[in-house]
Amino acid sequence: MGKIREIDVSELIPLIRNACREMAMEYGCDIRDAIRQARETENERARSILDLLLQNAEIATSEQIPICQDTGMIIAFASVGQDVHFTGGSFQQALQEGVRQGYHDFALRASVVADPLYDRINTKDNTPAVIHTEITEGDKVQISLMAKGFGSENKSAVAMLTPADGEKGVIRFVLDTVKKAGPNACPPFIIGVGIGGTFEACALLSKKALLRPLQEKNSDVRYAALEDRLLQEVNALGIGPQGLHGVTTALKVQIEQMPTHIAGMPCAVNICCHVCRHAKVVI
Amino acid sequence: MKKLTLPLSMEERRGLRAGEGVLLSGTVYTARDAAHKRLHEMILNGEELPFDLHEACIYYVGPTPATQGRPIGSAGPTTSSRMDPYTPELIHHGLRYMIGKGRRSEEVKEAIRQYDAIYFVTVGGAGALLSHCVKKRRMVAFEDLLAEAVTELYVEDFPCYVGIDRYGNDIYDEE
Ligand code: SF4
Repeated sequence: MGKIREIDVSELIPLIRNACREMAMEYGCDIRDAIRQARETENERARSILDLLLQNAEIATSEQIPICQDTGMIIAFASVGQDVHFTGGSFQQALQEGVRQGYHDFALRASVVADPLYDRINTKDNTPAVIHTEITEGDKVQISLMAKGFGSENKSAVAMLTPADGEKGVIRFVLDTVKKAGPNACPPFIIGVGIGGTFEACALLSKKALLRPLQEKNSDVRYAALEDRLLQEVNALGIGPQGLHGVTTALKVQIEQMPTHIAGMPCAVNICCHVCRHAKVVI
Repeated sequence: MKKLTLPLSMEERRGLRAGEGVLLSGTVYTARDAAHKRLHEMILNGEELPFDLHEACIYYVGPTPATQGRPIGSAGPTTSSRMDPYTPELIHHGLRYMIGKGRRSEEVKEAIRQYDAIYFVTVGGAGALLSHCVKKRRMVAFEDLLAEAVTELYVEDFPCYVGIDRYGNDIYDEE
């Protein structure tokens, strides 16, 4: 059995605060590279849009202006080692406090409403973040954060496919979802696909798939091949950057899979715009 | 890209075709979901609107707060279709130009044709770059709506494409 490690939750606050800034202002290098590569094969208008996105990223970083005005809703995937003992207050509240400070101090847009259906009153500090926690072995805390824009979140979907639907069914569902997303979700996309598990687990998988660096493929060669095939088919739709036609509808398709029931094959597609913001905090 | 100053002459409007790239200069008003709802209610109640819609341009944007002496924070377009239920009425009351992203409804297209209006689209997720085109900003109404307040912007060389021209051609339907 490991020795208990004490962590004061207040240590989290500045780390989360800074991660909020980093996500809002810094475009991932992997996205930059993927766009640079995509521009080589694009038509003139699509190329000028991709160039504009690269220029935008430069300005965002050098002048510390958010890449996009929708600075998103924060999702936190926390893995907490079972040998960790939190002190100094509530872990959840510290996380929320980090988000609050980050959005306030770096002038990010507060985009969260307290009640989804009736009042819809802005909480003014972008909290609460959505927090998913899992217990792991060891004495570390790792928090993967995402700042998800809703232009693309709104276009995501879950389908309870059947075993007989097979690979074809997955491809059809991904293509249908991308077609429906169209220009509104700010292509080029990064597309997270979750296959297996249960109704809610595949949705989580599809979101976690967006955290993976774009240069990494699925470790199972069959799924890696399906990622490539899906990317090809998605780009053959011709939607293109901003939906203004071209061959770069998506930069990457990333699949995560897990065991499921004999009777089912849940499948989730989490669409993310090119502003795919994530960061990792480790204590 | 063609440089244009708002408001456009009738000749300029008729000369624009969906798909063309333009750099817009002039005055535009920011308004999105909540502001549209309020404008609609004011029209229903016969109240005077907080800005003159005659020949006006609305930019669908909810910027991040301005910092360090800048007029505005990140300021890219939001999805236009959420404003579709209100747009024909605003066009009827004088609105002629809209800037946003994504497709519009048939009703909006019809109003655009009927009134020689133009729908421009700009690039989503390029709010830092687009903020450079905003030279001045003034609060106009609904300050309580924060990012969704109506403000008057003076923009220079704001990059757009003609999304729907006055003939009803749509950039998203191009072959
Ligand atoms: S979908 Fe993405 S790029 Fe588009 S407005 Fe939302 S956050 Fe920005």
